[in-house]
Amino acid sequence: MAAINPSGSAMVADPSAGRDVALAVSPANHLRRGLTAIVLLLALHMAWLIVANEAFQWHVVFNWLFDPSVMQGLMVTLGLTVVAMVLGTVIGLVLAICRLSGSRIASGFAGLYIWFFRGTPMLVQLIFWYNLATLFPEISITIPFGPTLIGWDTNMLITPLTAAIVGLALNEAAYMAEIIRAGLISVDPGQSEAAQAFGMTRQRALRRIIIPQAMRSIIPPTGNQLISMIKGTSLVSVIAMNDLLYSVQAIYNRTFEIIPLLMVAVVWYLFVTSILNVGQSYIEAYYARGDRRGEVRPATVPDAEPA
Amino acid sequence: MSASEKTSPAPVLVTARDVHKAYGDHEVLKGIDMDVRVGETVVILGPSGSGKSTFLRCINHLEAMQKGSILVGEEQVGYVWRNGTLYRATPSQIARQRRGIGMVFQQFNLYPHMTVLQNIVEAPVGVYGEKRGEAEAYAHMLLRRVGLSEKANAYPRQLSGGQQQRVAIARALAIRPRLMLFDEPTSALDPELVGEVLATMRDLAQSGLTMIVVTHEISFAREAADRVIFMDGGRIVEEGPPGQVLVNPSHPRTRAFLNRVI
Repeated sequence: MAAINPSGSAMVADPSAGRDVALAVSPANHLRRGLTAIVLLLALHMAWLIVANEAFQWHVVFNWLFDPSVMQGLMVTLGLTVVAMVLGTVIGLVLAICRLSGSRIASGFAGLYIWFFRGTPMLVQLIFWYNLATLFPEISITIPFGPTLIGWDTNMLITPLTAAIVGLALNEAAYMAEIIRAGLISVDPGQSEAAQAFGMTRQRALRRIIIPQAMRSIIPPTGNQLISMIKGTSLVSVIAMNDLLYSVQAIYNRTFEIIPLLMVAVVWYLFVTSILNVGQSYIEAYYARGDRRGEVRPATVPDAEPA
Repeated sequence: MSASEKTSPAPVLVTARDVHKAYGDHEVLKGIDMDVRVGETVVILGPSGSGKSTFLRCINHLEAMQKGSILVGEEQVGYVWRNGTLYRATPSQIARQRRGIGMVFQQFNLYPHMTVLQNIVEAPVGVYGEKRGEAEAYAHMLLRRVGLSEKANAYPRQLSGGQQQRVAIARALAIRPRLMLFDEPTSALDPELVGEVLATMRDLAQSGLTMIVVTHEISFAREAADRVIFMDGGRIVEEGPPGQVLVNPSHPRTRAFLNRVI
């Protein structure tokens, strides 16, 4: 190295000798190690306090964990979550498209809907739906201000189940509408321009070009919503819907083992949300395809089907 | 072109008459008249803000104009002429009318979530109902033509800007257009990548495709254009063969512009 020193003096030491960054080592960070140890210790202690605490009555928790009525409640919670979330997302998508449409009426209506359902407590909405019969004893399809075509008795239609589904789905739709709208406007406007120039209708452009790209920013907050929905379904216990929380309540009302039975519910809620977290990361990886930053090797897009 | 000049001139494909467009109070187009013949390559030059891109986007109705008319063949994109009345077209009618007009954008606008091959066959298969196998075979042929046959399964972000724009050209050709619109196709490219895109476009011009090109590339205008149109302030200032407009411009504004860019 010294031989090709540009100054010509062959004996000058090479200043870069031994300074290859590939040989660099990290300095010992004592503060960081100390803090890590303290945090681990605190966490361990906390876990010990919970596991060793007689008051939690872990044996009772295990006794009830797989009880048929708890299992049934879990199924109701999962079923409600799925149905309400799917309905909420579909209605939310329609609302988002309405909000972004050029039509004043459509976007005004969607705005009003979102304003109302986001602005009132979920619990109150559920109770209202459950007691709909006191407001409208009969639900019917009529020509506005004209004759009735077909009608039903509200009390027949509104059971705890339908009230829970309607309440949860309509409330969810308001939040999903805003999430989807944010996703749609995050896509480069050049994309819908290209889609238009290539003869795509607005629907097709949304389905094939815009929504797949919007998904990247729609998925993370939707995961959030899904998890709050799972817990939110516990509100339906107030309208006598036998979900997970309602079924453990039913048990501790008889046995008075309140804390351990609530722990049963906690364990199941955590179990389900953990599975969802894993699912979410897979979905995110799928929609990150074509993006260099995510090193994920792409799953293939479903092929274009003929119109 | 030389063959057709000896016989009768080729039929007119694009007819623009008195095209006006304003954004609020700002008038962008102040009466554009233009005829483009089948097989012709027309290059529109002009300073930024002269309205040339806006005019191009009026042709396929990406922008609505306020006065005048543009006909592409017998179609007037965005409008339907029936029994002596001009109706505004419905969105699905407009989608159908755009068939046959290919467009290449400044920012490429490839679909980032699809591979190169999927980008190219999306419109032919999904919109125009071609058979997938045939569309893919044609797509591979087009990729060879733009020199990217080995990139069929790459995603747009894995390509350079020049390669992306060549894919965008192949995508536009895949709908078998009778008219190609280029909206500043090299303006977003690094200088060393401009050449490959211009070379592809020169090949197309020679193959007899009808092209309207909005660009700042004087060299392309000189080598590939049948006719050069110079726009300024929303009007056509001067037009003619490149040898005349670029070498011997008659209008002082054309001269000033050419002095600045060359």
